[in-house]
Amino acid sequence: MPGRTLYDKIWSSHVIRDYGDGSCLIYVDRHLLHEVSTPQSFLAMEAKGRSLHRPAANLAVPDHVVPTTGRDQPIPDPLARAQTQRLAENVARHGVPYIPLDDIRQGIVHVVGPEQGFTLPGMTLACGDSHTSTHGALGALAFGIGASECGIVMAAQALRQRRSKTMRVLVTGARPLWLSAKDIALSFIARVGANGASGFAVEYAGPVISAMTMAERMTLCNMTIESGARVGMVAPDETTLSYLKGRPMAPDGAMWDRAAEYWRSLSSDPDAAFDREMVLDVTGLAPVVTWGTSPEDVLPIDAVLPDPAAETDPARRTRREKALAYMGLTPGMRLEEVEVDVVFIGSCTNGRLEDLRAAASIVAGRQVAPGVRAIAVPGSGLVKQQAEAEGIAEILRAAGFEWRDAGCSMCVGMNGDMLAPGERSASTSNRNFEGRQGPGGRTHLMSPAMAAAAAVTGHLADIRKLMGEKAA
Amino acid sequence: MKPFSTIRSVAAHLPEPNIDTDIIYPARYLLVLDRDGLGDYAFRDRRFDRDGRPKPDFVLNRPPFDKACVLVAGGGFGCGSSREQAVWTLTGFGIGCVIAPSFGEIFRNNALKNGLLPIDLPESVCISLGERAEAGAIFTVDLENRTLMADGVQVAGIDLSEGQRQALLNGWDEIDLMLRDEGEAITAFESGHRAAQPWLFLETR
Repeated sequence: MPGRTLYDKIWSSHVIRDYGDGSCLIYVDRHLLHEVSTPQSFLAMEAKGRSLHRPAANLAVPDHVVPTTGRDQPIPDPLARAQTQRLAENVARHGVPYIPLDDIRQGIVHVVGPEQGFTLPGMTLACGDSHTSTHGALGALAFGIGASECGIVMAAQALRQRRSKTMRVLVTGARPLWLSAKDIALSFIARVGANGASGFAVEYAGPVISAMTMAERMTLCNMTIESGARVGMVAPDETTLSYLKGRPMAPDGAMWDRAAEYWRSLSSDPDAAFDREMVLDVTGLAPVVTWGTSPEDVLPIDAVLPDPAAETDPARRTRREKALAYMGLTPGMRLEEVEVDVVFIGSCTNGRLEDLRAAASIVAGRQVAPGVRAIAVPGSGLVKQQAEAEGIAEILRAAGFEWRDAGCSMCVGMNGDMLAPGERSASTSNRNFEGRQGPGGRTHLMSPAMAAAAAVTGHLADIRKLMGEKAA
Repeated sequence: MKPFSTIRSVAAHLPEPNIDTDIIYPARYLLVLDRDGLGDYAFRDRRFDRDGRPKPDFVLNRPPFDKACVLVAGGGFGCGSSREQAVWTLTGFGIGCVIAPSFGEIFRNNALKNGLLPIDLPESVCISLGERAEAGAIFTVDLENRTLMADGVQVAGIDLSEGQRQALLNGWDEIDLMLRDEGEAITAFESGHRAAQPWLFLETR
């Protein structure tokens, strides 16, 4: 029997029925719910008089619409208040485990799931959010779905899905000091294209991945959807296991030992064949930022903006012209000259403790540049608590950052935290789409360290020049 | 869902690649709790300026394309956020079929659950169909016979699994079929799975 990939192993252990047309009915172990993608799912389910197949397989937490200030007050926006209230009512009626807004564990679903040990290796996990790919960092098969599919998972604990093709990305080489997981993720997307990995499940492997922390792996898997692939994953190893051990919802005692033994078997066999292989050598790579309106519009920070006139393909030329016009930028300009109005550190991509630590290490002893509004938003209440205990929050505040409560915040432009038309951000979030952070807003994606560097200089800045060779 | 019936309509051409679901349905309207009546929000920031005035050069504001039931789009249509509102807003606007070289995977799944037919065709075919669309050709989307026609002449077949074709034509909701046909199989699988990986069935509360 030929070797099997990590994806193959998890997929085949969940197949209920193979329809023979490339699709299978697969069992879905767990489902994360938030307030935005599920109200219609509950309505549709209840209209047919159904209930949840297994309520304990679910975990609900509000994150998208919640304000990140004034949490002792009712949510001011009546629509956001109603949506959050609707989630609370729905989960209460159906007995779904729920983390309410005033719970210290509340936060972004993709931060909370791993943090609570709700996400485990080898499981299938779905959520009505495209960044569900994040959970693949723990060696889970995790993917985003729409509201109808949320309703199907709730009622049936199963989904009919097309089996993905498999792609392995071997990340090799000597990782430069300031090259973050975000830089590696954006460099991969630039290489493969924003739609280039569509139809694939991406497994990241190689020495650079093995040496990564869990937070870094989560950043990488989180961003995988921006390459078109719904699934990003990393095989579970000792880093994964030591991260999970002792988490509230992870098994313990003899059950842990049994689970751990199984999880250690979950790696791609040496002779496993992938449909596509790519090697990403990070030696000498520079930190990157996005300059346009697609996550594939990536350049090293020391580059100049592209000139559409030099583009021979007319469709690409038009797209570049439009992107530059939307972004209010001119060809040939140096990226380091681009001034920013807002700095956002947070999101399911970069809202974890390590991300905040990285930002704090840059801004320590420095000040946010005049005219720049800088906000730091922890990915969960527990991240916030830990950051405060470590003194990170105080460093950020002293530098002039606003220190907020946990939520999706300025990543998603629907909770009050947003850019004004024409405003420009240095953002650790995941999408630089038109209007993503607010209508007319202009987003440059980057790592927490690079966003912090932009905060203290007032423009897109090369972290290497700011910090020299000194480690954070 | 509503059964899919044959579409005869002009087609709007949106050649730009990677039209994401934030463009199709801006996030601020995700606060709406409904799934019907969302057509007004379709491509909101492309169709209207900040004062709510229609932008006359956007294709869906230009007759006869303001009544188009078919979109001919660029690759990666519907990439990005999983929001199903991107599908609900298109169907609410009257769109029943999107033709593109490729689709965001989650968007494609969402479309098929709501009677919106995604047709994948090679880029060169999409470009030539886009030209026909701009010239005002009447597109016929006949799922019964698996044919796509422009001005009465077949231009492509419609490649879709038979199960999905039947579901669209009959307006079947997937969950109804799944619980009817697979309920026992799911329960049987679950008990074996529970024995093999019992840690997945611990209380999560």
